[in-house]
Amino acid sequence: MSDARLSVFKTYKLYVGGKFPRSESGRVYEVTSRKGEWLANAPQSSRKDARDAVVAARKAFGGWAGKTAYLRGQILYRVAEMLEGRREQFVREVADAEGLSKPKAAAQVDAAIDRWVWYAGWTDKIAQITGGANPVAGPYFNLSSPEPTGVVTVVAPQDSSFLGLVSVIAPVIATGNTAVVVASEAAPLPALSLGEVLATSDLPGGVVNILSGRTAEIAAPLAAHQDVNALDLCGADEVLAKDLEVAAADNLKRVLRPQPVDDWTADPGTHRLTAFLETKTVWHPTGSLGASGSAY
Amino acid sequence: MTIEKQTSVFEYAPAPESRSVVDIAPSYGLFIDGEFTDAADGKVFKTVSPATEEVLSEVAQAGAEDVDRAVKAARKAFEKWSALPGAERAKYLFRIARIIQERSRELAVLETLDNGKPIKETRDADLPLVAAHFFYYAGWADKLDHAGYGANPRPLGVAGQVIPWNFPLLMLAWKIAPALATGNTVVLKPAETTPLSALFFADICRQAGLPKGVVNILPGYGDAGAAIVAHDGVDKVAFTGSTAVGKEIARTVAGTDKKVTLELGGKGANIVFDDAPIDQAVEGIVSGIFFNQGQVCCAGSRLLVQESIQDELLDSLKRRLSTLRLGDPLDKNTDIGAINSSEQLARITSLVETGEAEGAERWSAPCELPSSGYWFAPTLFTNVTQAHTVARDEIFGPVLSVLTFRTPEEAVAKANNSAYGLSAGIWTEKGSRILAVADRLRAGVVWANTFNKFDPTSPFGGYKESGFGREGGRHGLEGYLDV
Amino acid sequence: MPTTAHATASAFADASASDSALRRFLHGLPGVDAVGLEARAAALGTRSIKTTAKAYAIDLAISMIDLTTLEGADTPGKVRALGAKAVHPDPTDRTTPRTAAVCVYPDMVATAKEAVAGSGVKVASVATAFPAGRAALAVKLADVQDAVSAGADEIDMVIDRGAFLAGKYLKVYEEIRAVREACGERARLKVIFETGELSTYDNIRRASWIGMMAGADFIKTSTGKVGVNATPANTLLMLEAVRDFKQQTGVQIGVKPAGGIRTSKDAVKFLVLVNETAGSDWLDNHWFRFGASSLLNDLLMQRQKLATGRYSGPDYVTVD
Repeated sequence: MSDARLSVFKTYKLYVGGKFPRSESGRVYEVTSRKGEWLANAPQSSRKDARDAVVAARKAFGGWAGKTAYLRGQILYRVAEMLEGRREQFVREVADAEGLSKPKAAAQVDAAIDRWVWYAGWTDKIAQITGGANPVAGPYFNLSSPEPTGVVTVVAPQDSSFLGLVSVIAPVIATGNTAVVVASEAAPLPALSLGEVLATSDLPGGVVNILSGRTAEIAAPLAAHQDVNALDLCGADEVLAKDLEVAAADNLKRVLRPQPVDDWTADPGTHRLTAFLETKTVWHPTGSLGASGSAY
Repeated sequence: MTIEKQTSVFEYAPAPESRSVVDIAPSYGLFIDGEFTDAADGKVFKTVSPATEEVLSEVAQAGAEDVDRAVKAARKAFEKWSALPGAERAKYLFRIARIIQERSRELAVLETLDNGKPIKETRDADLPLVAAHFFYYAGWADKLDHAGYGANPRPLGVAGQVIPWNFPLLMLAWKIAPALATGNTVVLKPAETTPLSALFFADICRQAGLPKGVVNILPGYGDAGAAIVAHDGVDKVAFTGSTAVGKEIARTVAGTDKKVTLELGGKGANIVFDDAPIDQAVEGIVSGIFFNQGQVCCAGSRLLVQESIQDELLDSLKRRLSTLRLGDPLDKNTDIGAINSSEQLARITSLVETGEAEGAERWSAPCELPSSGYWFAPTLFTNVTQAHTVARDEIFGPVLSVLTFRTPEEAVAKANNSAYGLSAGIWTEKGSRILAVADRLRAGVVWANTFNKFDPTSPFGGYKESGFGREGGRHGLEGYLDV
Repeated sequence: MPTTAHATASAFADASASDSALRRFLHGLPGVDAVGLEARAAALGTRSIKTTAKAYAIDLAISMIDLTTLEGADTPGKVRALGAKAVHPDPTDRTTPRTAAVCVYPDMVATAKEAVAGSGVKVASVATAFPAGRAALAVKLADVQDAVSAGADEIDMVIDRGAFLAGKYLKVYEEIRAVREACGERARLKVIFETGELSTYDNIRRASWIGMMAGADFIKTSTGKVGVNATPANTLLMLEAVRDFKQQTGVQIGVKPAGGIRTSKDAVKFLVLVNETAGSDWLDNHWFRFGASSLLNDLLMQRQKLATGRYSGPDYVTVD
């Protein structure tokens, strides 16, 4: 009888620098379903795990930002492909995490897969939307292009453990940023499993780093970290968001404040893409073909 | 020769611009709700000409109560102003642009008197750019649906704006033009050392028939700026100034709904490769750091020169610097004017002393400094490394730090090795190198084979601790729209 | 002069050893950014020259003029009138400086010599199949000999632009050397590049160096016979070249913008270019000239205005 077989549990681990470490602190915390059933012992990350994640994200930044937009799109699409293959696993995890029925959880996972596809298509278009030539009043060629801001700390939504998570990670990395993600505190398992998908999707290690644990404990050192360039406060409550924004001012991190999201399946628009872009404007003289010169 | 040489050189006789084109009143009030008024507590401060230390006028000093009054006036004006058809707002801005052009000589002289910068610059750079900026954003007012922020983007409300003293009227234009074009109303604080051109602008608003309360001008000190930033009725904060104050502003607005754009300090790297167009590079280095006495956030204050041409380049640079004419800012032949204030002069002097104490080698152009006023000779430091204070701290004065590099990789690494990221320059005749280096520089504005060029259509702003948000161009609208 | 020329030539012996060596040298010169160059020239044009400085500049400009007539219709009468004007530019004011030279075709040199005899005004002659320069070297050299033997103090030669644009830099160089030889001890050599035909600033810089290396005493912009002649930018560029050459070799070389400079205002701005680029060493008619004709009358009217305080008119200067 198959029900006689004892299933194999998974040890959930962090995803940092392309590897799957336990928390350096050795701590774990109990993750339960909405109904209160024990699901797993998730790593409870420390400030040192956060630090390691920033190091990994910084190390990955140059290479990731330097890849062609086309290749980044291919890789994001690959994530969708890999997710599609592990759809059932995520449906189960999301159902447990969010207390959803299987069909409702499936709708969430499907929307999350589609969201990767949506952002995969954006990688090589966003520059054309946000950049362009500026017609300056002089003999200069002048071009503005968007560039990724750098290392972005993402405080993932607390409620939408997977669709919400994907909806805040994908736009950050689509444009070439790297991310340190603080997973939903109560429902971190889909996030930790996503790490396993990312690791097999040609995404270079360090581009996305996923930490589970107490949101405030992990986010505080990240918000203050001088080598983090931006902060998405999506999953921070009002008090925490303010504290983190104050800490972020020390090196003038770009801060995306929490905004209420009623429906994560709605059209996400582009504002999460543009929130973590810098505009670089390059000037160069044009001049005429010959030395006609002007007279006095 | 049939004629005697007058002297050993071609001495230009003084060619002062006439001061009579501007009429400065002995005192000015705050401009709130369309009227000039005294400060609530009656405080005033003096504004002086930095070139002569002469008191130009006495100006009302805004306090918290005045800020509250101005924000209320702006809030009241917002309803009608934001409801006005874009085409009508555009016409007000076009009017303002035209009046600025008409009065540009007067404003140039005024700005030179109050700021100390050469008339050549106010006449040929500041004022034309001010008028152009209003023209540019005037045209956007009725085209916001097409700006790429969705249909019918809404203004934010009251914009609190705090501007610096280095380009008083131009920074005002960068702030006010996009704010008004998008339908916001404005409370603006000019710097305490340069309040006059903003007050003249208030008069221009009246000439243009701008509705009362749409623009409010509050001369004052840092406390007034802080009050504007902290005021509950302010929906948008725009600041240009020091990084330290920028950080304070970011802390103040944390946890609020206020939208913020910050345009802060810089330590721009001007990178000269061995295949550069050398004569133009020398000009670019000079304009990069000595334009406006180096009191420019995007100044090319770090010269990164390829080691193989260092001697040749420095010889040319020193020769060129020796031709700079320092003196009366109103003289049309003056290249280097006065430092804006005694405080700024003290800061420059102290950083230069630090540079010497840390072992960098100082060279200053041989020019005679006037006996009164605030002056600093064009100066460069050689033997500078990344570890020197003069290579890291923003001096905001006519002081250039010269560092060397051996390879493009090293140039990029050194250029990016800064908490700032506002501007950079690249000098090389090799097109692919320009593109490769520009691509890797972490700076908001990169000038290749040119420097310190500005245009209303061209977005300007920094990476990293040089601030966030962009001013100018289509990008400049975003900071004033609820998008 | 020939001694200096020889010294210069030997200093650049390596660079001029072959066509390819010369090409490598010339293409190794720093490039020129056109927009930056023109912007610098324009910026210097905003200098405001007033009162005493203006009076000095006007007299200096007059003293630097190569008063020129280069027409097919030139006659002895025309050339004599030109000579008289060079010697006494303003008959009503004998304090007016003389021009530096008169500039004529070779067959008018003798007439011109006579007209300016004893005044110190030099006679310059164009040569080398001016203005096109399209003739065999022997013909060009004969042209030079003719002018020199007629008493020309200065020879204004044209380079072979065709050879230059075809990349035959050594041919251009050697032709200048040959003309330099033909000028002998007596005549100073001005080398005209016809900058309007060289077209790019990089070319003008390269041509300047060919000229200087080959022993030119002056480098000169243009013939006055093409669309684009002297401009602030190309003159600035040539001033940079002589400045750099002097720094490198110690040899000072003159500059002559020609064609298109018609007003006092323009002339003064060119002097500002000289002052702030090459420096005061060049503020002397031994080192800087204007190739011009109508410029002189405008300078004279300005001079009268400075002296009397009222504006002058064309009836108060001579038409020649």
